[in-house]
Amino acid sequence: MNPTQTMDPAKTEVEQKYKVIGTRPIRHDGVDKVTGRAVYGADVQLPGMLHGKVLRSPHAHARVKSVNTEKAEALYGVKAVMTAADFPDAGSRTANLGELGEVPLKPMCDNVMASDKVVYHGHAVAAVAATSPHIAEEALKLIEVEYEVLPPVMDVLKAMEEDSPLLHDDLYTDELGEKSSKPSNVASHSRHVLGDINQGFAAADHILEREYRCATVHQGYIEPHAATAMWNPDGYLTMWVTTQGAFTVRTSVHQILEIPVSKLKVIPTEIGGGFGGKIPVYGEPVAAVLSRKARRPVKVVMDRTEVFQATGPTSGSYVKLKMGVTNEGRITAAETMLAYEAGGYPGSVVSLGGICMFAPYNVENLTIDMYDVVVNKPKTAAYRAPGAPNSEFAAECMIDEFCEILDMDPMEFRLKNGAKEGDIQCHGIPHPRIGCLETTEAARDCEHYQTPLEGPNRGRGVASGYWVNAGLTSSVTARLNGDGTVTLQEGSTDIGGTRTSIAMQLAEVLGIPVEDVVPSVADTDSVGYTEVTGGSRVTFATGWAAYNAGQSIRSQLIEQAAAIWKVDKDQVSLADGVIATTNGDSKSISIKELAADLSQKGIDIGSRETVTPQNHGGAYATHIVDVEVDPDTGKVTILRYTAVQDAGRAIHPSYVEGQMQGGVVQGIGWALNEEYYYNEDGHLMNSSFLDYRMPTSLDLPMIETIIVEVPNPGHPYGVRGVGEVPIVPPQAAVSNAIARAVGTRLGDLPMSPQRVVKALSAKS
Amino acid sequence: MAAKVHVTATINGEPVEFLCEPRQSLLEVLRDELKLTGSKEGCNNGNCGACSVILDGLLVDACIVLGAEIDGCTVETIEGLMGPEGLHPLQQTFLENAALQCGVCTPGFIMAGKALLEKKPQATEGDIRHWCAGNLCRCTGYDKIVRAIIDAEPQLEVKK
Repeated sequence: MNPTQTMDPAKTEVEQKYKVIGTRPIRHDGVDKVTGRAVYGADVQLPGMLHGKVLRSPHAHARVKSVNTEKAEALYGVKAVMTAADFPDAGSRTANLGELGEVPLKPMCDNVMASDKVVYHGHAVAAVAATSPHIAEEALKLIEVEYEVLPPVMDVLKAMEEDSPLLHDDLYTDELGEKSSKPSNVASHSRHVLGDINQGFAAADHILEREYRCATVHQGYIEPHAATAMWNPDGYLTMWVTTQGAFTVRTSVHQILEIPVSKLKVIPTEIGGGFGGKIPVYGEPVAAVLSRKARRPVKVVMDRTEVFQATGPTSGSYVKLKMGVTNEGRITAAETMLAYEAGGYPGSVVSLGGICMFAPYNVENLTIDMYDVVVNKPKTAAYRAPGAPNSEFAAECMIDEFCEILDMDPMEFRLKNGAKEGDIQCHGIPHPRIGCLETTEAARDCEHYQTPLEGPNRGRGVASGYWVNAGLTSSVTARLNGDGTVTLQEGSTDIGGTRTSIAMQLAEVLGIPVEDVVPSVADTDSVGYTEVTGGSRVTFATGWAAYNAGQSIRSQLIEQAAAIWKVDKDQVSLADGVIATTNGDSKSISIKELAADLSQKGIDIGSRETVTPQNHGGAYATHIVDVEVDPDTGKVTILRYTAVQDAGRAIHPSYVEGQMQGGVVQGIGWALNEEYYYNEDGHLMNSSFLDYRMPTSLDLPMIETIIVEVPNPGHPYGVRGVGEVPIVPPQAAVSNAIARAVGTRLGDLPMSPQRVVKALSAKS
Repeated sequence: MAAKVHVTATINGEPVEFLCEPRQSLLEVLRDELKLTGSKEGCNNGNCGACSVILDGLLVDACIVLGAEIDGCTVETIEGLMGPEGLHPLQQTFLENAALQCGVCTPGFIMAGKALLEKKPQATEGDIRHWCAGNLCRCTGYDKIVRAIIDAEPQLEVKK
């Protein structure tokens, strides 16, 4: 086993500077989670609760001509049946989904339950609530749906063809800002232009032009979606939901069902993974309507097949890329066309793919064309650095090909072209302080890269990655208790230990142990508005809110102590949990003592904070992977993997490492195995964990991590989001390693054994 | 609906009796009838290991055992792991190694780790990776889980 390391030139200084930040305390919710006591979505049980099940379309593309629920309603134990007709008419209203922006409501409603058309295999058409899940399943079989089956459109390029069957008669391409006159499966075409592409190619000594494809892949969280609703006759609706954003669920349900936000409380349960896939609503409005109709609490839990068929996934994509470099290894131009599948309704993450694609490099001449295209697959959702892996895979593979042509070290190429502060990005905005070059230098200098790889059919691949990160709104409420501890209600749901990484930032301000901060995840009635847990933003933004809460409590304590001591508050300071005078009269009191005193006097010390930070800055990573290819079977074995990443400031290094390791392994699954298989009728053929092959412990070595810390000037502690960028480099790193191992370049994901064997036989 | 079956078993050291439908899985019985929701459903077809429990000393996926099958059997679930002296060494090393992120696969991994170390107290990294291949984790990349199980070995030896 190889150790994990933290590379920080200023570590000693940091160790002196911070008492809590940079340490590795045990998470506050840890005991609940190792004893089975933590309550996840499906664990919610209420008196009189019913079980809801959803009927799903057996067709990929069809008109729904009629739905007859009479027989299901008559089954013993069935308490309510619903269809899309039970939703209010969406009209032309819109809903705001935070990281995913403003989206029209009608497609969102239709995705939750189809009104007139089903647009993917597994699309919901009706639902039943019954006294047991088995009775609900039996009732689904009694619902009669008449379909007019239409030809499915399963491939992004075919969907773009002039004569392709149309998913939506009323979808007109937004063509560079203008609405086109003819309906199409292309929802939008947008473009970034920088410099002069023709001049750039004219200056190049080498030009490559290639195509790259990514299969549709799923987020693959282990906990299926689950929602429980209790809609009381007085109009108040309470929901227990496993979600990345309680407020986003509140907004979505409020808009779909037209229920006022004041009458809707969302209580987030523990969440068993999300990776972007638990931002949209699916069963939440369904559970609510069933509860209203049955006048009892209703729980809707998906099974694994439903999760694969009807939630997530991320976009399958086609990328065409042309790049030019000089003999000295300078990128002179890049021209690309990105076509991303949105699934059944518009709204892929192609624009993020465009922004990220060349961000690790300073490219002065570029053109990026981006197409958002509907196909008969589930409506795509965000997946960890949404959009970035698809496009950066292409760029990073081609750069490695240039390195081979030029006989240049991949790290040297990256350092020569690497992006730095002030360089203009594709959308015209200059980079802030970023850690791109420092990350690459650390990767170049690390023991793994400096150790030669030997043996037949083995190769080492390198790739870099960038992700934009997000700021967005976050809130916390903090209260000082009479014993000097602080209760901290956080608006962000906790998917990976953020209760603690947020609490650590408050503890640092007050100089108290993190164990003296008691964090909890609050419901939508109990804390200020908070955007989703996504965009690598929680430790950054919600942590900042906690920092502000700490500062406020600190000021209040100083004021109170100053009043007691009858000195000016400027003559009082707080450090290491002790308030003391600085005027030489040596008065001091611990936070615990002062808290007890204030509590007895009935003086409440606390703070509620909301922040919307703007300068989150982007995240950079460079990965190194050693693989061995079995030329007979095409199996690719990961021998060694090192991920290097700029974390700005690692608040809890174990959790930073964990994000890096988890992202890498999802990227390896994406690279080698994961793929939605559709047959010619558009039926999903591998909707189980057996057939949708995610990496197991046996497929992997330890994942080595090197944390680089280039403090982000846009955060009080220098934090940079870390969660998403580690999924970006692995796909290209593995492809580049295979190329170096066996001399064949694979541009289509996944690089499954059959694809590898095919490529090897084509080569020979 | 078929008549319910009367089942008597020992769960986490205590005698338990319950009625279940013949079609109900052990996982459904544990979660819905006995309110032991620590065992999780990730797939309901034996592919993810989130519902791993120990049945008469054997590691099984509770979702592919019928509730009616455990009559006369002994079942250990995550809820029974903590003793009077506190957390089980595996529970402690999972916390110390930050071996969980979302935590939903954790009960299954801890039960799998327990079954392995009972069989092979000095399991190597390779043994652990092989044994735990029936448990899926999507958050951690397995690195810290494997370390946590290795770290528990000396503590379990001392306990013996």
